[in-house]
Amino acid sequence: MVAKLIILGVIILGVIAIAQLMRVYELSSKLRENVESEISNRDNKFNATMMLLFMIGLFGGFIWLMMTYGWTGRGDAASVHGHGLDSLLNLNFIIIIAVFFLTNFLLFFFAFKYVKKPGVAALYFPHNNKLELVWTVVPAIVLAVIIILGLKEWNSATSEAAPESIRIELFSKQFDWTARYSGNDNTLGKFDYKLTLDNNELALLTTNTLDSSIHAMEARIHDLEKVLNRRDTMLVPADKEMMMSELANKERLVRLLHQMKGRHNPEVDAWAWDDIIQKDTLYLCKGKEFEFNFRSKDVIHSAYFPHFRAQMNTVPGMTTRFKFIPDKTTEEMREEKNNPNFNYVLLCNKICGGAHYKMKMMVVVLDEKAYDAWMESKKGQTFKDKYFGEPAAPADDAEGDQNEEENNEDGEGDAEPTGDVALPEDGE
Amino acid sequence: MAAVAHEAHGHHDDHGHHKESFVSKYIFSHDHKMIGKQFLMTAVFMGIVAMLLSILFRVQLAWPGEGSDFVSFFLGDTWAPGGVMKEDMYLGLVTIHGTIMVFFLLTGGLSGTFSNILIPLQVGARDMASGFLNMLSYWFFFLSSIIMLASLFVESGPSMAGWTVYPPLSALPQAVSGSGMGQTLWLFSMAIFIASSLIGSLNYIVTVLNLRTTGMSMTRLPLTIWAFFITAIIGVLSFPVLLSCALLLIMDRMAGTSFYLSDIIVSGEMLSNHGGSPLLFQHLFWFLGHPEVYIVLLPALGLSSEIISTNSRKPIFGYRAMIGSILAIAFLSFIVWAHHMFVTGMNPFLGSVFVFTTLLIAIPSAVKVFNYITTLWKGSIVYTPAMLFTIGLVSTFITGGVTGIILADAALDITTHDTYFVVAHFHVVMGLSAVFGMFAGVYHWFPKMFGKMMNTRLGYVHFWITIVGAYGVFFPMHFVGLAGAPRRYYDYSVYGEFDADSYNMIMDLNVIITMFSILAALGQLVFLFNFFYSIFRGPKSPQNPWRSNTLEWTTPVEHIHGNWPGELPTVHRWPYDYSKPGAEEDFIPQTVPLAEGEEEH
Repeated sequence: MVAKLIILGVIILGVIAIAQLMRVYELSSKLRENVESEISNRDNKFNATMMLLFMIGLFGGFIWLMMTYGWTGRGDAASVHGHGLDSLLNLNFIIIIAVFFLTNFLLFFFAFKYVKKPGVAALYFPHNNKLELVWTVVPAIVLAVIIILGLKEWNSATSEAAPESIRIELFSKQFDWTARYSGNDNTLGKFDYKLTLDNNELALLTTNTLDSSIHAMEARIHDLEKVLNRRDTMLVPADKEMMMSELANKERLVRLLHQMKGRHNPEVDAWAWDDIIQKDTLYLCKGKEFEFNFRSKDVIHSAYFPHFRAQMNTVPGMTTRFKFIPDKTTEEMREEKNNPNFNYVLLCNKICGGAHYKMKMMVVVLDEKAYDAWMESKKGQTFKDKYFGEPAAPADDAEGDQNEEENNEDGEGDAEPTGDVALPEDGE
Repeated sequence: MAAVAHEAHGHHDDHGHHKESFVSKYIFSHDHKMIGKQFLMTAVFMGIVAMLLSILFRVQLAWPGEGSDFVSFFLGDTWAPGGVMKEDMYLGLVTIHGTIMVFFLLTGGLSGTFSNILIPLQVGARDMASGFLNMLSYWFFFLSSIIMLASLFVESGPSMAGWTVYPPLSALPQAVSGSGMGQTLWLFSMAIFIASSLIGSLNYIVTVLNLRTTGMSMTRLPLTIWAFFITAIIGVLSFPVLLSCALLLIMDRMAGTSFYLSDIIVSGEMLSNHGGSPLLFQHLFWFLGHPEVYIVLLPALGLSSEIISTNSRKPIFGYRAMIGSILAIAFLSFIVWAHHMFVTGMNPFLGSVFVFTTLLIAIPSAVKVFNYITTLWKGSIVYTPAMLFTIGLVSTFITGGVTGIILADAALDITTHDTYFVVAHFHVVMGLSAVFGMFAGVYHWFPKMFGKMMNTRLGYVHFWITIVGAYGVFFPMHFVGLAGAPRRYYDYSVYGEFDADSYNMIMDLNVIITMFSILAALGQLVFLFNFFYSIFRGPKSPQNPWRSNTLEWTTPVEHIHGNWPGELPTVHRWPYDYSKPGAEEDFIPQTVPLAEGEEEH
């Protein structure tokens, strides 16, 4: 507290001191008959020189940053389309850096050169159609080139993925990522957010998950009704309010679930059953095209793969897509960067809440052999395997609920060691 | 309110003085000059707050996790236990910094101040078309400022969804604490702000169209007025869209509608909202959001056109081309909004259309830059502080403009979207340019506003510290962005886990950036001192201190109701007859009739 008072005191004294200096300065200006609106030649010259010095400093600083931190700090792209994007970026950079130097040079140089000199009048030069035409047409041509090249890359980066590309779903929620591989049939199972349960975090749609969701929701409705209808207890109004709104909500949802059940085609169950859910680390294969389907459970996130030059928002209520072909394994990139600890990563790049900055998933690119081996190791861990678990207690939901939690834990426990084996760290 | 009591003051057409109470002169004033000053004062205060917020989060970015007395002094134990700010508060500071800077300083402050002061004075009108609406516009602005500031103090914290407040994050209090009361206040504040802006804009448009003095044809208007006029039109067309955007969000939050919400489970709670689209919000938001950039920029460019011409003692080069480019920018600004949404899940084909329109906007911008530079060429430049800031503006407009070409290119936006490259880009092109324009305007028209002169030397010190600090902050920031650093990260330690090289680079640069930002902030103290000191103690201003042509310098130094004693001036020429061959002086005010045989421009 005392320190703060002292600081405050110093500031106040400082202001008073400056104010006094100003008075002195003003009195002396008055004696010299100096008016603020008349800028002396000395001041003009001083600022003109500063303009030139500032320009040198600005350009120097820019060049220093370029030399120290490189063209782009991300290093080489690690995906096929990424190389195209990087050369486009380089071309655009050359253009804009040239423009930056040229126009800033003209600006500061003129600001230096054409400072007021006694006896030299300014040139009355209000317009010149030829000049104006030149600097309308030249930027237009340059921009046309930029637009055409840019759209070419954009179209190829965002075109439909090839039918044989590997489909992976990336599921985002506050504050982590989950991947879902589409399994043998290379078709991602259907989903509906209303099916979310502890044993079905990704809300996959199968006859079983549908039934257990309806069951769980009806159980909850039943409980709520029981509490609300009890004649011998008085609820706190706020609690009662909350329960009633939850009840109304659940009733709406369960009705929708029943409708879904009515329309459900059990044949699509198979799409979901063979899906493989993978946490913590995303494994990709060099040279294969991957199509990512992005989903979000809560708010908007953004799947940002800086090294693969890929990014797409994940939006609740809709599926977004992005595709790319990794073309360097993690090992290769580590060698190239001469950094044995380097890893690819998937970051969240859309503000999504307090721990936004921690939301990431490691990405490992394997060569085909290692990738296939890793896939093989995942064979026994499909959604079906995990859902029914070892005791294989089918669809009895009351029991199911209990088992599921255990199973889930088991499942994750299994995933970790397998993941580590596959991590190409043995090379070090 | 009390305004009703001052009905008697409704008639501003009577010249001369009538008795005014303190309240009617300084508080509920109908006089455009006073209202302009009220806007300026409020904006200066808001600007100080927003700058302070930015220093707080810059400290966190440069020295993450290190306790700081400075941070703890402002945030206290609740939000910064041990002097380390909480994650949530970091987001809150970022959000409110952005909101205040964009809307309250650079929209309300810039347009509000200078449109009010300059439009009647430069077109030769006694006051705004409606003094009462003008007053209302300020008081709405004031009220919204208060609410926005109040939101910093609510228990659950201010809005934390970024200044763009994308739902669902901003719609769900379960997702982040700031989306509770803080977000409600944010939305109400913005709704009131929009009302203020609309009332103001309508007034500006009507005044420019109807109250020009004899001889002041549209093609004799100073470029400042053209800029304010077009800005007001952009505002009238786009702000209502933001209002509907905000209203729908308010309804999603309060009335259980599902405009922006669909299939959400948050904190274990399954919501029944279905069918809404967060992309709808983004479309609506950016339909204002992008024109907003020009609402911020055009007035700054208008002010600088006037200042650069006056102080180069040369006519602005390509007057008609300048008007044309203002019109072109205004038109294009409405069809570029989705370039903010290339990777949000919008149809990629739509993206390509917006690449095209966005890059087109570079053409009129380039024309403006080249015209500024040509205006300097063979000029006789007088370095008033205003002129320095104007040259700074042209430089930042170039530097920030060229990086826009990268971001407008959808293919390149894939990797730069939402990184610090974007932050650097828009701070340079919009933030710095507009702030420089605003400073230039304050230095240049201070004598008109307060009848006093500001200290020139302190102005020089202010400018050189500011431009060095500003470039020092935002130049390295481009490199942080190119290293891939996402914006709105509380800290970058996560980089240490997968790429130590990038991590070191980001951290090194972050320290440099924060150092420069502190330098730049301290530089503003010089301005504040000069500003307030000069209001009270500055030397008296001469009638026409910069030897300028426009009408405002023909009014008496002492402010009077109705601006001109006696008849309104008559205009005979365009405002840029500087150093015209054959004239005695190097400037010919607009009120001077054409000499015999003289050709009008």
